[in-house]
Amino acid sequence: MDSGLLRVVRLGVRSLLLHRLRSALTTLGVLFGTSSVIAMLAIGEGASEEAQEQIRLLGSQNVILRSVKPPDDPNQGNQRMRVVVYGLTNDDLLRIQETFPAVKEIVPLKEVSQEVRYLDRVLTPRVIAAPPDYQRTTGRMLLSGRFLSESDERQIASVAVVGYEVARHLFPLEDPLGKNVRVGGDYFTVVGVLAPRVRQSSDRGRPGADTTSEVFVPFETARKRFGDLSVRMRAGSQDIEQIELHEIILAVDSPENVEFVASASREMLGRFHEQQDYEVVVPLELLAQAAETKRIFNIVLGSIAGISLLVGGIGIMNVMLATVTERTREIGIRRALGAKRRHIVTQFLVETVVLSVGGGAMGVVLGLFIPMVVERYADMRTVVTPLAPTLAFSISALTGVVFGLYPAWRAARMDPVEALRHE
Amino acid sequence: MLDGVSRVYNMGGQSLRALDRFSFEFRRGEYWSIMGSSGSGKSTLLNILGCIDRPTEGRYLVRGEDTGRLDDDALSELRSRHLGFIFQSYNLIAQLDVLENITVPLLYQDDPPKDGWERAKHLAERVGLGSRLHHRPRELSGGQQQRVAIARALINDPAMILADEATGNLDSKTAEEILALFDELHGEGKTIVIVTHEPDVGERAQHLLRLKDGCIEEVRHQR
Ligand SMILES: Nc1ncnc2c1ncn2[C@@H]1O[C@H](COP(=O)(O)OP(=O)(O)OP(=O)(O)O)[C@@H](O)[C@H]1O
Ligand SMILES: [Mg+2]
Repeated sequence: MDSGLLRVVRLGVRSLLLHRLRSALTTLGVLFGTSSVIAMLAIGEGASEEAQEQIRLLGSQNVILRSVKPPDDPNQGNQRMRVVVYGLTNDDLLRIQETFPAVKEIVPLKEVSQEVRYLDRVLTPRVIAAPPDYQRTTGRMLLSGRFLSESDERQIASVAVVGYEVARHLFPLEDPLGKNVRVGGDYFTVVGVLAPRVRQSSDRGRPGADTTSEVFVPFETARKRFGDLSVRMRAGSQDIEQIELHEIILAVDSPENVEFVASASREMLGRFHEQQDYEVVVPLELLAQAAETKRIFNIVLGSIAGISLLVGGIGIMNVMLATVTERTREIGIRRALGAKRRHIVTQFLVETVVLSVGGGAMGVVLGLFIPMVVERYADMRTVVTPLAPTLAFSISALTGVVFGLYPAWRAARMDPVEALRHE
Repeated sequence: MLDGVSRVYNMGGQSLRALDRFSFEFRRGEYWSIMGSSGSGKSTLLNILGCIDRPTEGRYLVRGEDTGRLDDDALSELRSRHLGFIFQSYNLIAQLDVLENITVPLLYQDDPPKDGWERAKHLAERVGLGSRLHHRPRELSGGQQQRVAIARALINDPAMILADEATGNLDSKTAEEILALFDELHGEGKTIVIVTHEPDVGERAQHLLRLKDGCIEEVRHQR
């Protein structure tokens, strides 16, 4: 005679099947709790990973100084046309080069506002004047050809390295290498194609997300061809912007010095700039911020998960209390026939655990499915760590035990005679 | 053996003595019927004999052992091992089939016998339900349900069988079958105590005990 757990579980399942709808509805509470935990964890993890990846692309040992347009001066508000001069200057670059010993490399970048054409195809990518160091400092990969070199710089060569998106649009069929593209009024020979910057799958179906729509030309060549000042007509306003340098990337020799370089450059720029026309971006700080954001997100998530499982648990408890009352007579019979208190506790606990484990298991399936849907249709990255389903499932099973204990205890404590008299 | 047993029910400040300083001894192998008017305490007495209820005062000894000293688990084990209880209203478990209902007492024994299913099948045949092994209680007639309840009371090969109006709801032919079964069990040496309202049922037993207001009114040795 098998009086083992298997039999108890089988009997529990059978009792639950007597009230299919009720059991199914009870299970739903746990199901949604579990699946939402897994789905939210996956989305959160995906977002955090994407953020970290983007920050890492900036180079975690780099400090990036950028020009930003200062807030509008209201005194000049009604001029029809004006020239706005702002941003980092060549003088800034010189000062930095002289004073920062911990900086391994200093890479100034300058944007040129020019159209890029090949045959009848036209694009307006970011045309960036960059020194050869740029590739090493940012760790960007080449798809084919080479990056700009020292000799390009010395010879003021008319060469260009195009980003992945530019290559795709200008040369959908041909090999871009060796072709001449027109940048503004001058022809540049393509010598290299950069690899796409971000993981490709997240660009899928988003034509606007061309983070690689860039064309790089040698720094000196740009200076010669397009002038020392970058003049840009801004669409929508009649301002002409005049910026000497758009970006200066400082590659620091070790992570410990990043913070020092960051604060030193903030201080120095603060001393020489009258207005806030620059920003200092420190990927290392951003990483710390991203970690903090993730921590907060996890706390919020934990609370939501806790609440939803609590609600599911209360649902289970409610149903089990009703079941216990309904089956008072059965309890009386079993007790009269020799069932000990622990047998009754086990019987009802098994039923709640079957409910919650069933709900938890289905919740895991749904929870693994939701991130796939989100990834497919909302175009967000999701990452399901093995921990998430494990955690969610164990918590749901635990919920069954915790919220099943009280009804089971109530059942076991009944007086057999009283229970038998119950209608 | 009951020694000065009282069972007092307290309800809303009023206390009611369903059994009043009741002393009596049921010996091994005896066949007793208990009669008495409604509310005289028959069921109360049977519940105490079946260790489902405990006396408020006095002692109930089973084979010389005071049940008042036993804890809940020990009493439960006693019920599942040595007692067979037949209820007035069958009290089968709805979600279990005939065979499963019969084996319920074995589930709760500390070390259940291995041959439970064979025994249950054998008993079902003995009470004439050999062809209904996998029916649910609601698919059976009242008499058939009562017979399942009897088979269940016998599954643990109990020393004492207690029946509370086991034939109350049955037609005379079915009742007769069941009484014949009791005679047979008595012949096998089991102690039997049945509660009944029907005089002709009461008269079939070896001894008759008549209760009134929780006290003994009459003891008659019939055979
Ligand atoms: N749980 C209880 N709470 C309060 N009073 C009770 C309880 N059970 C029984 N009684 C009272 O105890 C007395 C004896 O009841 P008992 O059930 O033993 O009578 P009985 O002889 O079996 O009657 P019947 O022939 O109608 O079944 C009755 O007066 C009844 O009202
Ligand atoms: Mg009664």
